[in-house]
Amino acid sequence: MEKVALTVNGFTQLVLVESHETILDTIRNRLNLTGTKKCCDEGTCGSCTIMMDGKPVLGCLTPTLRCVGKKILTIEGISAGENLHSVQKHLVKSLGLQCGFCTPGVVMTAVPFLEENPKPSRDEIKENLSGNLCRCTGYKKIIDAVENAAEEMQS
Amino acid sequence: MSGAIGKPTPYIDAVQKVTGQAMYADDFKFPNMLYVRFLRSTESHAKIKSLNVTEVEASSGVVAVITGKDIPQPFGVLSISRDETAMAIEKVRYQGEIVAAVAAETIEAAEAAVKRFRVEYEPIKEFYTPEDSLKTCESHEQIHPHTKDHKNIHKTAELRFNEPEKELETAKHKQTGNFKFAGVTHGFTEPHSAVAMWNGDETLTVISATQVPHYLHKNLSKVLGLPLHKIQVKKPVLGGGFGGKSDPFPHEMIVSYLAMKTKRPVKCTFSREEVFITHHGRHPTEIAMSISCDDDGKLTALDTDIIIDGGAFGSFGVVTSYYNGVLLQGPYKLDKFGFRTRRTYTNKHQCGAMRGHGAVNPRYAVETLLDMMAHDMKMDPCDLREKNFLSEHSSTVGEFRITSNGIRDCIAAVRKKSDWDNRYGKLPFGRGLGVACGFFISGSALPILWNRYPQTVVHAKLDFDGRIVMFSGASEIGQGSDTMLVQIAAEELGIPMDFVQVEVADTKTTPVDLGSYSSRVTFMVGNAAKTAASNVRSEMAKAIAKEKDVSAESLIFKNGRIFTKDKSLDISWEEGVEMAMAGRGAFVESGFYISPKLGGKFKGAGAGLSPSYSFGAFISEVEVNPKTGETNVKKVWGAHDCGKALNPLAVEGQIEGSIHMGLGQVMSEEMRYNNGQQMNANFFDYRIPSSLDTPDMDVTIIESNDPEGPYGAKEAGEGPIHPVLPSIGNAVFDAVGIRMMELPITPDKVLKKLKETA
Repeated sequence: MEKVALTVNGFTQLVLVESHETILDTIRNRLNLTGTKKCCDEGTCGSCTIMMDGKPVLGCLTPTLRCVGKKILTIEGISAGENLHSVQKHLVKSLGLQCGFCTPGVVMTAVPFLEENPKPSRDEIKENLSGNLCRCTGYKKIIDAVENAAEEMQS
Repeated sequence: MSGAIGKPTPYIDAVQKVTGQAMYADDFKFPNMLYVRFLRSTESHAKIKSLNVTEVEASSGVVAVITGKDIPQPFGVLSISRDETAMAIEKVRYQGEIVAAVAAETIEAAEAAVKRFRVEYEPIKEFYTPEDSLKTCESHEQIHPHTKDHKNIHKTAELRFNEPEKELETAKHKQTGNFKFAGVTHGFTEPHSAVAMWNGDETLTVISATQVPHYLHKNLSKVLGLPLHKIQVKKPVLGGGFGGKSDPFPHEMIVSYLAMKTKRPVKCTFSREEVFITHHGRHPTEIAMSISCDDDGKLTALDTDIIIDGGAFGSFGVVTSYYNGVLLQGPYKLDKFGFRTRRTYTNKHQCGAMRGHGAVNPRYAVETLLDMMAHDMKMDPCDLREKNFLSEHSSTVGEFRITSNGIRDCIAAVRKKSDWDNRYGKLPFGRGLGVACGFFISGSALPILWNRYPQTVVHAKLDFDGRIVMFSGASEIGQGSDTMLVQIAAEELGIPMDFVQVEVADTKTTPVDLGSYSSRVTFMVGNAAKTAASNVRSEMAKAIAKEKDVSAESLIFKNGRIFTKDKSLDISWEEGVEMAMAGRGAFVESGFYISPKLGGKFKGAGAGLSPSYSFGAFISEVEVNPKTGETNVKKVWGAHDCGKALNPLAVEGQIEGSIHMGLGQVMSEEMRYNNGQQMNANFFDYRIPSSLDTPDMDVTIIESNDPEGPYGAKEAGEGPIHPVLPSIGNAVFDAVGIRMMELPITPDKVLKKLKETA
């Protein structure tokens, strides 16, 4: 086991982790931040997407030891957990979710995307979400939600 | 409708879900909890000769090791095929079957211990295809001892009406086809997960990702020998089901048994590979089908012979066998109709119920044959279908009662929106349009386990705080049933939705609901919720009428107020609550739903009976690249008759989700096996459509206002998938002139067909 300082959602704490452990397991099992979901655990579905220094990464493919000295943001830290981000608001409003299991990953993919691409085309949104598998919605309402969030963030 | 019903309504649990606060089964953690991992079979069909339990027990952190003989009681969702045990006893029947379970202090300790198992197997002849299983074998080779005639046939379902075979022999216009469908799986994102706890009062609590808490409750009681009143099953937020969480499962029995044995909380969560091999998805299917019609294009007969590959256990297979046939009785009128379905056991992962249960593959077959018929008779495929629709308030040859039926509006809508009449058959080579229709049950009229109780009961509680709490066993699985309960109570009582909350899917606190399967929840739970909430209103009206000396019938509940038409009385909801509760306190009103007596008297008459049926028509546009064989679905126009959209957002979501799942099966999804081992048990190789594969979707909701549905509603969760697949197959024909008789329609198959026809 290794003792590491992890900064998650703006708070730094010491955590004991296995050297082979992924940040997904660390945040779910050791920090009890269960909002990030484990769906495939092999980098195929995007459900465990979190942000590392502002960029989306797959939690299941990221060793915890690589997160030392980085700023990790999970779904619990979006909008400091206080207000809904535009992306979240529109996912709710347009029913861009059904069972909700892929949703935290969708939020963590779309939020940094809109920061980098404030005026995306619909095709760019589709491309950006292509690593996030959703089995319920058929994606249409997710894409709608991201499109509407982009518009709202512009105004 | 003045209140919440019929308005696009975001889900009541949506904020929890977008913020990561929603608790799914694997998110629960309890003090002193143990973790379970499994030893799974590496053989497809073999005797277990020896297993070294003691060495594994000695492994660090291990608290308990159990094997098949510890939990020998067989179970299954259908009482007629309880052919499965929690772990293999004496022999294994598929690769991946659970042979033993280890409970340990950590997941890592459990995994390390599992690696110390040494098993000796003695192979038995394997049966990998239905063809193998239909042949006679030695009795010791049978997968299950109870199958007849030394064959591995689980079920033969057959019904015949008015000798269709005779009509087909002499028919002038006849189409015949042999179709082959790969098995597909649900692909829900949340892996199976269950936590069990043995409580201080000698009761068991199980939190499980299940669509059927009630059936799990009953099966746990049977398997564990624990009385029903000592078991509580709770469904937390569920990450998708589509039928894949509608059986009681071995891992649920195992964690429960281990919790009782160790007196500690016990959890297990599947890996993605375990989710794939647990399967219970759509059966690989072979269909030989013939249809005939007269010179006017009126259908005269349909006859079909179907073989479905069930895998190692029964699951819903008996129902699947019937649904493959009986759900061909609509949406077209047929007087001469027959089918036979044989379900075989094989040494592979078991198949069961999946969205559109049993009817998806035969729907593809019949809609393809209709397209072929229209082509040969030089008729428009939409016109041919329109000549044959069942009318509303009619009945089918197998005595299904048809009530509302919006099929004509459905086809008219997609025909117009896709500009079918100007574009079908006229698009350039490589581009095509295809049409298909569908038909599905809106809840099964018969419960799975026969009893004298209603199929669902809902309690509505009113207390001093003015809040209504709806208690229902209904299982929210993402389809929006919790939101529906709130909408209905708000509608009936004329209050804002935020006055209503739900307590759901907990077999200790909520009245029985049979579960989220067979598209039954809106129709049945909706009706029960409406009665419960309107009973609260009647009770309140009675008390207010007495106190204020007005007639109870004259009271209107609307916009959070209770008033008479002339407003001589006009009080707030809170004032009304206070009057209603004076001298009696909080009260609960009840509503229930029980299907009317339906159907014929012949054997098999109960299969497919429903208080109502949904209808739909879809048109798809595809682009086929004749050089690469790639098919691209550009746009899907879907119209579905759901009776009445209680929540149009949710109905659209169900239709769009059905397009996605249908698209996956028709284009890319396939359970691939080699000698009983799944070759693609992950999302890299088992390809479900991504956002990039998503076509444009144009969804039309048709409301035929069912006479018995709540506010006229019927199902929308499964019916819309049926027309998706054949509309795409038929569009491929319009694009490049080839008939795709095998799914999925992969580029290699397209190129092969193109070569054959060139």
